[in-house]
Amino acid sequence: MLAYILRRVFQSLIVLLAVGLVAFAMFNFVGDPVDNMLGQERTQADIERLRQQLGLDQPFLVQYWKFLEQAAQGNFGLSYRQGRPVADILAERLPATLELALVSGILALIGGVVLGIFTAIRRSGVAANVIMTVSLVGVSLPTFLIGVVLIYVFSVELGWLPSFGRGEVVDLGWWSTGFLTVSGLKALILPAIMLGLYQMTLIMRLVRTEMLEVLRMDYIRFARARGIREKSINFKHALKNTLVPVITITGLQLGSIIAFAIITETVFQWPGVGLLFINAVQFVDIPVMAAYLMMISVMFVAINLIVDMLYFAIDPRLRLDRKGGGH
Amino acid sequence: MLWNMGKQGLGQSDPNPIRAFYACIARSFLGHVPVKRETTMTLTLPTFGKGRVATTLMLSAAILGAGLAPVSAETLRWARAGDSLTLDPHAQNEGPTHTLAHQIYEPLIIRDMSGAFQPALATDWAPKQGDPNVWVFNLRQGVKYHDGADFTAEDVVFSINRAMSENSNMKELLSSVAEVRATGDHQVEIVTNGPNPILPSNLTNLFMMDKGWAEANNAVDVQDVEGGETTFAATNTNGTGAYKLVSREPDVKTVLTINDGYWGRNEFPMDVTEIVYTPIQNAATRVAALLSGEVDFIQDVPVQDLNRVSNTDGLVVKTAPQNRVIFFGMNMGAADLKNDNVDGKNPLADVRVRRAMSMAINRDAIQQVVMRGQSQPAGMIAPPFVNGWTADMDGSSKTDVAAAKALMAEAGYGDGFAIQLDCPNDRYINDEAICQAAVGMLAQIGITVNLDAKPKAQHFPLITNDQTDFYMLGWGVPTYDSAYIFNFLVHTRGSDRGSWNGTGFSNTDVDAKIVSLESETDLAARNATIQDIWTVVQDEQLYIPIHHQVLNWGMSDKVNVDVSPEDDPKFKFFVLN
Amino acid sequence: MTTQKTSQSRLARAWDSDLAYSFRKTPVAVVSAVIVLVLILGAVLAPWIAPLNPFDPASLNLMNGFTPPSTPNAFTGETFVMGTDDQGRDVFSTILFGMRISLFVGFSAVFLAIILGVTLGLLAGYLGGWVETIIMRVADIQLTFPSIMVAMLIFGIAKGVTPPEYRDQMAIWVLILAIGLSDWVQFARVVRGATLVEKNKEYVQAARLIGRSPVAIMLRHILPNVLNPVLVIATISLALAIIAEATLSFLGVGAPPTKPSLGTLIRIGQEYMFSGEWWILLFPAVTLLALALSINLLGDWLRDALNPRLR
Repeated sequence: MLAYILRRVFQSLIVLLAVGLVAFAMFNFVGDPVDNMLGQERTQADIERLRQQLGLDQPFLVQYWKFLEQAAQGNFGLSYRQGRPVADILAERLPATLELALVSGILALIGGVVLGIFTAIRRSGVAANVIMTVSLVGVSLPTFLIGVVLIYVFSVELGWLPSFGRGEVVDLGWWSTGFLTVSGLKALILPAIMLGLYQMTLIMRLVRTEMLEVLRMDYIRFARARGIREKSINFKHALKNTLVPVITITGLQLGSIIAFAIITETVFQWPGVGLLFINAVQFVDIPVMAAYLMMISVMFVAINLIVDMLYFAIDPRLRLDRKGGGH
Repeated sequence: MLWNMGKQGLGQSDPNPIRAFYACIARSFLGHVPVKRETTMTLTLPTFGKGRVATTLMLSAAILGAGLAPVSAETLRWARAGDSLTLDPHAQNEGPTHTLAHQIYEPLIIRDMSGAFQPALATDWAPKQGDPNVWVFNLRQGVKYHDGADFTAEDVVFSINRAMSENSNMKELLSSVAEVRATGDHQVEIVTNGPNPILPSNLTNLFMMDKGWAEANNAVDVQDVEGGETTFAATNTNGTGAYKLVSREPDVKTVLTINDGYWGRNEFPMDVTEIVYTPIQNAATRVAALLSGEVDFIQDVPVQDLNRVSNTDGLVVKTAPQNRVIFFGMNMGAADLKNDNVDGKNPLADVRVRRAMSMAINRDAIQQVVMRGQSQPAGMIAPPFVNGWTADMDGSSKTDVAAAKALMAEAGYGDGFAIQLDCPNDRYINDEAICQAAVGMLAQIGITVNLDAKPKAQHFPLITNDQTDFYMLGWGVPTYDSAYIFNFLVHTRGSDRGSWNGTGFSNTDVDAKIVSLESETDLAARNATIQDIWTVVQDEQLYIPIHHQVLNWGMSDKVNVDVSPEDDPKFKFFVLN
Repeated sequence: MTTQKTSQSRLARAWDSDLAYSFRKTPVAVVSAVIVLVLILGAVLAPWIAPLNPFDPASLNLMNGFTPPSTPNAFTGETFVMGTDDQGRDVFSTILFGMRISLFVGFSAVFLAIILGVTLGLLAGYLGGWVETIIMRVADIQLTFPSIMVAMLIFGIAKGVTPPEYRDQMAIWVLILAIGLSDWVQFARVVRGATLVEKNKEYVQAARLIGRSPVAIMLRHILPNVLNPVLVIATISLALAIIAEATLSFLGVGAPPTKPSLGTLIRIGQEYMFSGEWWILLFPAVTLLALALSINLLGDWLRDALNPRLR
């Protein structure tokens, strides 16, 4: 077991290094930071000097190696755009994204589980079928359009909810939260809906399928035969067995929520890391892009690792297979 | 203008000039009368060449009244596409950065909302009697920094030297300065290499820092981003301006509050007592925030939303011509183009082809449909404010598809050719839509254009690295003089000049004339040379001018202010109804 | 004669099959299928049924811009059923042509993802060992990169290597590559999972014992058993790919505005949300919704129909 974990951690490290390599190879194609950093009247000499100082005149492998050297010491450099340490900027922006991801994740989980149970129990009812169909509308339009429509309806026409930003935030030292003020909570609603809609549909469908499978199992039939109340069967027995895969999938989706937050944050001017990343791409702010991608990669790989190890622990067949080796 | 290309966030169109300095000198070359506006104070402009600068303040009763009115908390919520990049006033030469700095710091001279010079930390200025290489500035007395320190001549010497240091992005503006010296507690002399009549116009975004504060906080040097340094001045401020920094989260929110100790407290309206500045990149979201009343004042309203905003109760839109002209450049210098379908020769090298292309462009249609009237069709690549601009040349673009086709046939391209147009999609107002319209218009004369629209960070390096055959560019002229255009866009590309000339045009005679403008002191002769150069530029159809941009601000109708041509609102001038 | 008979009986057998029966008994599936068919037909026949060719710049008149639906243009007097967009393009024609691109990108991307995902999933699941390790770690990298980053990477590299005359069409191939590459992972995971289970079953063991080659075992024995989930994922992936293309166009890496897809049309249309030119956004958005929703509903039905335990 320990050997397996060590091997997986080692593999994850290689994944991280590979991600970084691809990222640095790509930076050559997103534009030239020097052009952004110098004023209009810069001379050719200025450009050369700056390019040299930034190490941009060197092959991307060298640039990558330098980045790794610094990153290993916990130094991600200075943002070309803001001139502040990248680590500070990321730390400042991360709470906004995590709170948004958390709220939309919870929204998706609760909404998805409730609707999933409902559509499973009432699988042939009209309401359940309507819900199943309508839920697909949310995944049949691009999210940016849903965001703009939400703004149009709830901010411009109705004037109920804010169209941008996080509202008032409370600073708790190293964490700034929007959970403690009314405006902060109101500001969360629209972006959370936009971001959570897709996941909610996914979870709802998953819960429904799992529930239907579980409800056909023998032990449920026996329970029914024993005269246990329908409600108790649905919630005590069936749901419990449904939740394990649902939580696994939700965990895996957490990463994609954070990736998709890029679009939500752009539409709602949500001051999180996604917006930071888009800004960095526009400005060709290589240190920020690199640090963001590494951060996201670590997150994804970690989630992957945990899920893999869980599977490994649960399913003995997989373990046997791995030990058995090749054929 | 191209000043701030790449420096502002995402906005589809960012018509914000990076720095504001319109040389009124150029106006006096032309004998223009300064524009007078009733909302703010009016001053007689310095008359160049007389040796003395008169600065008569004529305060309107309304302004006095506003200044004396009881202070009530009036918060102005302000949004624009991009945020300031740094609080260090000398680290970046860029529009949003200067606009924020203007509220906190002050230069010696500012431009008021009409673009005219107005004394700020200097009360008057003039070339020194008998020495044309020296400018004398008399400084305002009794001015205090936000921390209570006195503003003195030492601070001016320190600040200008700081702005001239290696890491400063403002140093190009001061390249003619040889020395700055204090000649009294409240007088400085700036010595230039040779006479520099337009020096004051280079100082309107050059902010004054407190020497003592900078030394105490280890902020004497401008931040060296490349060297990985951070500096106190990038995140802290101590200016003399009308507003003090309360809090700032870059890209998120900046809060300023009124500086009650401000020297001009009773001279300017200063109705706004608190400013909350939130950048909003996505244009639709920005407009939504204004429509829903979440912000009071936005810059960069998309042209298609102007009607919606002005038809909304409680909102108004104000517009003003901007100092920026949009045009296409063509690589006429290359022997063969990289991205065309003609082998062995360059169709753009033929002036008839270039003229035909210009004649195929229907500028009125672009103005009416793409720009919704928010532009002025152009015939030359100089905004109308600029010395050397003539109505004749600016009106010379005519659309004539039949004549264009004839010209193409005459040049041997009767069947047309294919070419790639490189276009930014996040820099100028509706840049991509303009290029798209041009594709259709050029198709009428047989030119198949493959449009490649991309973010500015990828577009502009193509021009400066000679990698494009046909491109869009916008240009503003902060000095108000044609020489600025010639230096960057017409002179042969070299180490000093021509850095934005992507056309490959090179004419030693024109180059010599451009260089001669620098030292020519006889205004009539200088203007004649300028016209000579323009004649060549026009005859050669070096560029295809499209239009002059128009600036707009959308605001709550309780805000009363005029659009400044440099797109830099200064909130001390804002009157609230 | 005989062939005709067999084909007839095949048709009849198909008609009588469980799947077809379930289809006939599910009105939602029938309606969705009709909508999808009509839209696909419209896209395929666009050059013949569209009143104008919006991809031909020479045919456009900018002065037609922003003409409301079925209202004569103030300058040119021309009338368009669904109005015109900011460039004076007929919205109806542009939607038909845009759908061609959206569907082409969607189908090609899913095809690419299936080929890649199924092959790699089979290999990983059947061979195990270092092959599996490498494939699944590459899948991790793939998941790690947001699809927008993949698209930008491929975009940038493609820009550098394609000859200028092909750049026009490049964007579409880049989109296919980007979406296909970000989609293969789920196919690979499902196929690998199923393969891991199948390969330990007696019939595979038996096939191996009688000496069938691994390739044959993978194709003849394992693949048919994983096709159902692949089909379901493919249907839903098609809808996702079409939406993903739209999302990418919002981030500036979609189909070019001179040859717009449905997604590009929506990206352009949303800029006119506040200004009253509703038709520029509404018609493409409704078309996209109808297309993606119908495909999703078909996928839904297919999943239930192919899973006997859910019936």
